[in-house]
Amino acid sequence: MSLEIIGITVLWLFLFFYIIVGSIDFGAGVFNAHSIINGKQHVLSKVIQRYLSPVWEVTNVFFVFFFVGIIGFFPDSAFLFGSVLLVPASISIILLALRGSYYAFESYGSQGHRGYAFMYGATGILIPASLSVVLTISEGGFVYMDDGQPVLSYELLFTSPLTWAIVVLSIVAVLYISSVFLTWYASKTEDQEATGIMRKYVLIWAVPLIVAAGGIIFELQNHNSAHFDSILNLWWMFALSFVLWAVTLWLIWNKRKYGLAVWLMIGQFAFAFFGYGISHYPYLLYPYLTIYDGFTNEAMAISLIVVFILGMMLLLPSLYLLLRLFLFDPKYVKGKRE
Amino acid sequence: MFIDDPVLMSRLLTLLTLSFHIFYATVGVGLPLMIMLFHWLGIKKDDIHYILMARRLAKGFVVTVAVGVVTGTAIGLQLALLWPNFMQLAGHIIALPLFMEVFAFFFEAIFLGIYLYTWDRFDNQKKHLLLLVPVAIGGAMSAFFITVVNSFMNAPGGFEMINGELANVNPLLAMFTVAMPTKVTHVLATAYMTIAFTLAAIAAFRLMKGSHKAYYKKSLNVMMKVGFVFAIAAAIIGDFSGKYLAEHQPEKLAAAEWHFETDEQAPLILWGILDENNEVKYGIEIPFALSILAHSDPNAEVIGLDQFPEEHHPPLIIHYFFDTMITIGMFMLTLSFVFLVARWRNWTFVDKKWYRWLIVMGAPLSFLGIQAGWWMSEVGRQPWILRGIMTVDEGATTASHVDLVFFFFVLLYLILGVGTIVVLRKMFKDKPVEKELESYAGGDEQ
Repeated sequence: MSLEIIGITVLWLFLFFYIIVGSIDFGAGVFNAHSIINGKQHVLSKVIQRYLSPVWEVTNVFFVFFFVGIIGFFPDSAFLFGSVLLVPASISIILLALRGSYYAFESYGSQGHRGYAFMYGATGILIPASLSVVLTISEGGFVYMDDGQPVLSYELLFTSPLTWAIVVLSIVAVLYISSVFLTWYASKTEDQEATGIMRKYVLIWAVPLIVAAGGIIFELQNHNSAHFDSILNLWWMFALSFVLWAVTLWLIWNKRKYGLAVWLMIGQFAFAFFGYGISHYPYLLYPYLTIYDGFTNEAMAISLIVVFILGMMLLLPSLYLLLRLFLFDPKYVKGKRE
Repeated sequence: MFIDDPVLMSRLLTLLTLSFHIFYATVGVGLPLMIMLFHWLGIKKDDIHYILMARRLAKGFVVTVAVGVVTGTAIGLQLALLWPNFMQLAGHIIALPLFMEVFAFFFEAIFLGIYLYTWDRFDNQKKHLLLLVPVAIGGAMSAFFITVVNSFMNAPGGFEMINGELANVNPLLAMFTVAMPTKVTHVLATAYMTIAFTLAAIAAFRLMKGSHKAYYKKSLNVMMKVGFVFAIAAAIIGDFSGKYLAEHQPEKLAAAEWHFETDEQAPLILWGILDENNEVKYGIEIPFALSILAHSDPNAEVIGLDQFPEEHHPPLIIHYFFDTMITIGMFMLTLSFVFLVARWRNWTFVDKKWYRWLIVMGAPLSFLGIQAGWWMSEVGRQPWILRGIMTVDEGATTASHVDLVFFFFVLLYLILGVGTIVVLRKMFKDKPVEKELESYAGGDEQ
């Protein structure tokens, strides 16, 4: 395996972690806001607060890890993406900043403010939407070169159906991932009512998810046929993903094995996400940048990988400790520890 | 839209983000050590006051950490968004410490989360205290790695330029540049010093307001001691920094000192103004001091700005940043020294109102000192973004709308800044020390 492949695989894996952990976090905020508007807040808020409180900072680090890593392994991407993403990425930063700090302000400062909860929920939809634009841009066709400097065409971007298909998928995916996880988490807390509500959300968002995902593949056929063809070559990964989706839905429909359903859902997204990533290979940005011409020097690549391995040896046990103390501690989960 | 100059706006936005972030970053580096110290004192002396200090500070810490995380994320992304040409080059050489910083922060965040939510889970308090060790180390390591990157920008090393192409990159050598030792230690020492004086200021203020006497007196005494130790460290390291500059970045020292002509027995000039002929007026001149600062020898020759082409002169305004930093550092050193001597000799004037007000002033002053130090370091590197290799003009983005983005970030930081103050005030007002102590005396913990 070449250094380029190792680098991009590690980064893609971390982006995948961020998408799963981040989606749970974003979606939880949306459900929380929704339940406050509906006056059912007492049911969900407790469950959601208990999950989010100890782990929210960790979520953000996965994201930082990804973009610092991509600059390290592929410095040319800093130039190309950095130049064109000024506005979209700044919007994402501002939303992330508002979300992160207001979460802390609310939960450690003044609790139960409706305005905070609403804004927190709104960022849960807007952040994935704004971040997903990066994936759209990477498909090519929106960036042109002007005197050696990359320029993004906002007009093309905002009028493309592909852009909006990806935005819709990102939002639906957030809600789906989050509701599957929270169904299981609520059932662990033995809160029947919250479990029921979350289960209903899963059933609502399951079908739109598949429709949106199919829509993107369809749109790609027009927009970037090379990518579309390589997706077809990997059809089995997407087929597996579909099967996992169906089994997850079946389990939740029949109110069985919510824990298994979460793992199947993660598997579903893993196959789809890696299928997408592999079919994107070797391009980081169509058609200007591949992982080979944007790669760093060998010395840097090797030292990054070494640091990554050492860092993981430090972090994995710590993460395990965190999860054991909070997410999987039976007493804490049921709210008997404060 | 307003100012169609991407280079200028990129500089201003970076200045804004860094200046805002450094408040939170300083707290993030300094506070865990103080919490640890209080927690340890509490266990050792079996004194509920110190334990409560640790508990209260840890609670407030979460709020500043949150804003520190998000503004840190902002600066991380802005490096690539505003300086894409620089990051493309720097990514090849100095990506390693940036990458390590993420790990250090990750480590800190995990253990801070655990520490905060496990106050009552351990029967043995010492085990709980141990959780703070990775938090404090993580904070210090974050500062270390980021300052390593900044050192690299001041004194690039660990690679060769052959016909304009990068060659022989050594990521480890790029981290351990000549600028690194003094910069890293100065950043750490001043962060600890600033936080100690800030906590002392809060204690002095509460004492004047008539809050719980024993509690705040303990806090004041400990923090003035700690502040003094780190103020001395900062001054000593500052002296080494002067020698580093004289040796490796003489143009920065010369600009900071308005030292226009290379000269022996150079005097140190504090404050003053420049007239049209670049003559210093109204300044305080300390004979031989610049030669001593630069080379530990009153007769040594100090290189002046005349040795550099005009386009490579740093802006002369850094003289004021430099003097602000030094003046505040000396003031705090004296203030804490007098306080400690007075405590030892049982002199009571340090408990008078006017002295307490001086201690209260120490908090904003110390933070101003930190800001001035960074402005001196960053503005003093101009026109370079990577000294001798790339200028800020070459490093900046060419994208439009930087001015618009700048405007939105001003708004964002306004919201975050006001939010921090409001939330922290409310947090400590709703639960004054007296009330929390009562709940302990009753034997119940909520």
